[in-house]
Amino acid sequence: MEIPQALADHIDEVISHYPVSKRSATLPLLHLLQEHFGYISEEAITWVATKLELEPINVLELVTFYPMLRQHPVGKHHIRVCRTLSCALGGGYALLDTFCKHANIEKPDGQHHAHLLKSADGKYSVEFVECLASCGTAPVCMINDDFYEAVSEDSVPELLKKYQ
Amino acid sequence: MSDPVPLLNVQIDGVWHKFPKGTRVIEACSQAGKFVPRYCYHPKLSSPGNCRMCLIEMGMPRMGPDRKPELGPDGKPVINWMPRPQISCAQDIAEGMGLRTDSPLVQDCRHGVMEFLLINHPLDCPICDQAGECELQEFSVQYGTGGSRFREEKVKKPKHVHLGPRVTLDDERCILCSRCIRFMKEVAHDDVLGFASRGSHTYLTAHPGRVLDSNYSLNTVDICPVGALTSSDFRFKMRVWFLKETKSICTSCATGCNTLIGSRQNVLYRQTPRENDNVNSAWMCDYGRLNFHFVNSTDRLTEPQIRHLSDPETTSWTAAVSRAAEDLKRFQPTEIAVIASGRMTNEELWFAKKLVDSVKTPNYDIVPRTGPADDLLLNSIRNPNTNGAQLLGLCSDQPGAKLQQIADGVSQGHIRAVVALQEDLTEAGFKAADLERLGALIVMDILPNETTKRATTLLPSASFAEKRGSMINVKGRLQRLNRAIQSPGNAREDWEIMRDIIQQLTGANSVYLIEDVFKQMAENIPQFQGLSLSRIGDLGVKLEGVVSAEPVTASA
Amino acid sequence: MPAIVRTPHPRERRIVFKNVDREGWTTDIDCYLKDGGYEELKKALKMQPLEIVNEVKASGVRGRGGAGFPTGAKWGFIRPGETKPIYLICNADEAEPGTFKDRYIIHQDPHQLLEGMIISCYAVNARLAYIYIRGEFPLGAKIVEQAIKEAKEHGFIGKNILGTGFDLEIYVHRGAGAYICGEETGLIESIEGKRPYPRIKPPYFPAALGLYMSPTIVNNVETLCDVKHIIKMGGAEYAKIGRPNNTGTRILCVSGDVQKPGYYELEVGGVTLGELIYDICGGIRPGHKLKAVIPGGSSAKVLRADERYKIKTKQPDGTTVEEEIGIDDIRMDFDSLATVGSMAGSGGVIVMDDSRDMVWALNNINQFYGHESCGQCTPCREGSLWMQKITTRLLDGGGADDDADMLKSVADRIAGRTICAFGEACAWPTQSFVAKFRDEFLAYASKNGNTSSKPENKHQG
Repeated sequence: MEIPQALADHIDEVISHYPVSKRSATLPLLHLLQEHFGYISEEAITWVATKLELEPINVLELVTFYPMLRQHPVGKHHIRVCRTLSCALGGGYALLDTFCKHANIEKPDGQHHAHLLKSADGKYSVEFVECLASCGTAPVCMINDDFYEAVSEDSVPELLKKYQ
Repeated sequence: MSDPVPLLNVQIDGVWHKFPKGTRVIEACSQAGKFVPRYCYHPKLSSPGNCRMCLIEMGMPRMGPDRKPELGPDGKPVINWMPRPQISCAQDIAEGMGLRTDSPLVQDCRHGVMEFLLINHPLDCPICDQAGECELQEFSVQYGTGGSRFREEKVKKPKHVHLGPRVTLDDERCILCSRCIRFMKEVAHDDVLGFASRGSHTYLTAHPGRVLDSNYSLNTVDICPVGALTSSDFRFKMRVWFLKETKSICTSCATGCNTLIGSRQNVLYRQTPRENDNVNSAWMCDYGRLNFHFVNSTDRLTEPQIRHLSDPETTSWTAAVSRAAEDLKRFQPTEIAVIASGRMTNEELWFAKKLVDSVKTPNYDIVPRTGPADDLLLNSIRNPNTNGAQLLGLCSDQPGAKLQQIADGVSQGHIRAVVALQEDLTEAGFKAADLERLGALIVMDILPNETTKRATTLLPSASFAEKRGSMINVKGRLQRLNRAIQSPGNAREDWEIMRDIIQQLTGANSVYLIEDVFKQMAENIPQFQGLSLSRIGDLGVKLEGVVSAEPVTASA
Repeated sequence: MPAIVRTPHPRERRIVFKNVDREGWTTDIDCYLKDGGYEELKKALKMQPLEIVNEVKASGVRGRGGAGFPTGAKWGFIRPGETKPIYLICNADEAEPGTFKDRYIIHQDPHQLLEGMIISCYAVNARLAYIYIRGEFPLGAKIVEQAIKEAKEHGFIGKNILGTGFDLEIYVHRGAGAYICGEETGLIESIEGKRPYPRIKPPYFPAALGLYMSPTIVNNVETLCDVKHIIKMGGAEYAKIGRPNNTGTRILCVSGDVQKPGYYELEVGGVTLGELIYDICGGIRPGHKLKAVIPGGSSAKVLRADERYKIKTKQPDGTTVEEEIGIDDIRMDFDSLATVGSMAGSGGVIVMDDSRDMVWALNNINQFYGHESCGQCTPCREGSLWMQKITTRLLDGGGADDDADMLKSVADRIAGRTICAFGEACAWPTQSFVAKFRDEFLAYASKNGNTSSKPENKHQG
């Protein structure tokens, strides 16, 4: 697992934010590695453990707890659609189905809970996530780090065009 | 001299009690005879308070405007009861605290927790090792509702995970109390276990790159309240309600961890630690715990044998004892050597010394045994009773110092008769070929080895699980063994064999009860004065003036 | 930046949200300084820390994260003469369904948060502070980090702030998608790098044994912004806004079946629920009537539109009068909402009209809690997923007529029995939806013809 110097320097800088306990840097380091590699590999887990002088289980415990951390690659573009009440009232379920349709992602009928689905060509993946804290502009979604409000089903094809 | 710990007044189910300050609430309840059920709490570990089984009602004295407790008609503080139930495992008692351990609210709390624990629990009781000593079963009967209302699909998790060489895990049975994780971190200092995933899907695991192979891994099986963590050695072997449990001590090193031997119909099935805060707390190491299978071996020596010219032949005890005594009478004192063992009980060592004195030989010692120590329980001295051997005069403060000289004597032919007691001489510096040239080789042991093969008189004796007796651990604590099973075949207890030989040698009368053996020791050894086998008790007695037999050289 | 720029409603009083949606406003420090920013910090640094604590106490401000605990009292829990290091954490893990206010402060007015935070740290003598931003605000984290950098360059953060000898470092710490990190002790465990399992209290009260087992204050984003304004106008003046014991302004977030969902900063108790829905949010969607309101984030108990609520009102002569009011007349403040059997919580108001299926709504909420339960303690871990499975089975047509009672029974055995308030959070929705809309739950059962609870009716899959 190659860590470019810039990333290694950034990692060291982030560790310095936690003068009392290096263990606090576990989650920030996992974020940085996932941003760089796209997901958290087995190697990344042991790397972080060694770097912070922890047991590998201490890192694995976090990786499997937080839904945003993934142990497998997602699509080139990752779509998160909110499923919680206000967005559901605003059409979140239909929005998920629309994204799946236009991103060519196979979604079992009626299945709307949590799990991550990928398109066959790996271009897109979609995740039905919990409240994204923008209930007033329901339904909302994120594509990669970009946030979109009041997303109508009609706007989905245009939206996806921006992510090729 | 420190100040005495103050006593605090606590009301439990309407009755006022006094407990020392610093007593945990859940312990105070037990002491008052009101056991509070619990899963995640363990007195030797930190308290996370996650199982919620120990919820009880708690209250504190109602304070008046003068900031003093209001007193009721009985002159005791009036209790303000908290509407929310509180866990009792993570708080110490406070002055004037009120507790209700069995109110309708408390009963409903327990019904709730029991129901929640059982909805995803697999119906494994018929095949689960924990049955019969399972707290889920026991508390379900005492505090649960009986009958399931759960209609949904249970959560599925991995069923036989080999966490390590000695522990098998069933994740579905796990109630996520975290005792094992805390034990490994806080006591065994090997933070190898943890929880993965989240919510109801959380499961216990080790990182794929690590194994639970600590020498203390099996303690997690002891403290697991359910059958999630099981001993791979014991798995599926025996139902625990068939096991007879005998209090004894481990004989694999000088620590002398207190144990319970689980046996049935003269077969040993397992050893588990017995709590003794002066020796081993609530733990024992895996090495000592599993070091009992040799007792069950079908190779056990069961018949006395004597050898005339070549092949040994089975004989009676009378004949074997006579032969041994006759052989010894043939030789001069300096031609005889007695090699005793640091694994013998005090009672056996008492007779070994009598034997030494009867033949008046200057050639005697024990075989030292060392190994790496850890910073927990495993001692570098791997003989359980070196202190006893020293106290009873079978060795100096340098055990084994005379061994080489004796082995040379055998080699050179000055020593022509050797008595080997519970030791394989070929592992103690003696050459097998030299042993073959001895005029007499009298061996008392339990399993065949290179020495027993060359014995002129072979005396099958008893393992640690087949005898009563006492031993002194490395810290000078006198502890006793109890008999769990009978010796196989015609094997006999070591002290009785030696007593018979000595009687043949000297013609003197002797003792016939082990209590009387101890009485004799107590009359002659100042450190044992006033003691008896029964007065040693289940937890042993610290002896005055017994020096720790630490090895002179550093351990490996 | 939001795609939708709104003008404030005339009934709003924009104190904390003064700069949100403001024309020409940018997140950089120059914009903030030009507008008079960091003057309150300078004012505060000339005061004694204890003075600031007293101003906050006098203001009567209550935490805006959801618990509504008086902030001055919380700060007062720090032992005087404390020798252990003291930490302050800004809880920016906004994740209570229905809530969307901290997002805008973070993304549009980060310096207000920083200023309020620095003043608060000075008041409680915290030298190291963290802003815990939920992982789903990646842009927000960058914005706040940039703001911290700018503040440091101007000497508002760092060593010897403005020559006072007060040192303070503030760092951003990103979450990764766990609602339980919004619980203050779960948050602390998360910053320590462990699984975010909330701690048992006693003994782990954050003011005594918080981050790294040191005294720690955890405050919501909006609350910390309120501190700046309290310093600006003085605690007594702040207390005049709103109502006694329910002082100041708060940002209400309205979503669901109203014409104009969105955020509205109003004096606490300044509007009734009816005024909020009909006057400010333009009423219910055309052709529909109000059916139910969740007034304080999804954890709050649901209010039924056609129910009558008993309240006690204090008269000018000191006597109390008991009266019955309709849902429209419920005042939007902490005490009133508590009196009618719900809570003000995080200020997230979710409105549902008569087209909505209450069993479906509860199931959506139960799926949220079933997913977000951390799993540490028995009742919540097992019970939250159980309640979810029951409502899912009801919707899938496998219901039985005792499911309503079963849901209540399960919820009753979670609330009050857990380590943290998640137990109440996941139980109250089920308790209240079943209690108030029981007929809908029973209808699902009989829809299927199931009238008994025999095992053969067990739902598969």
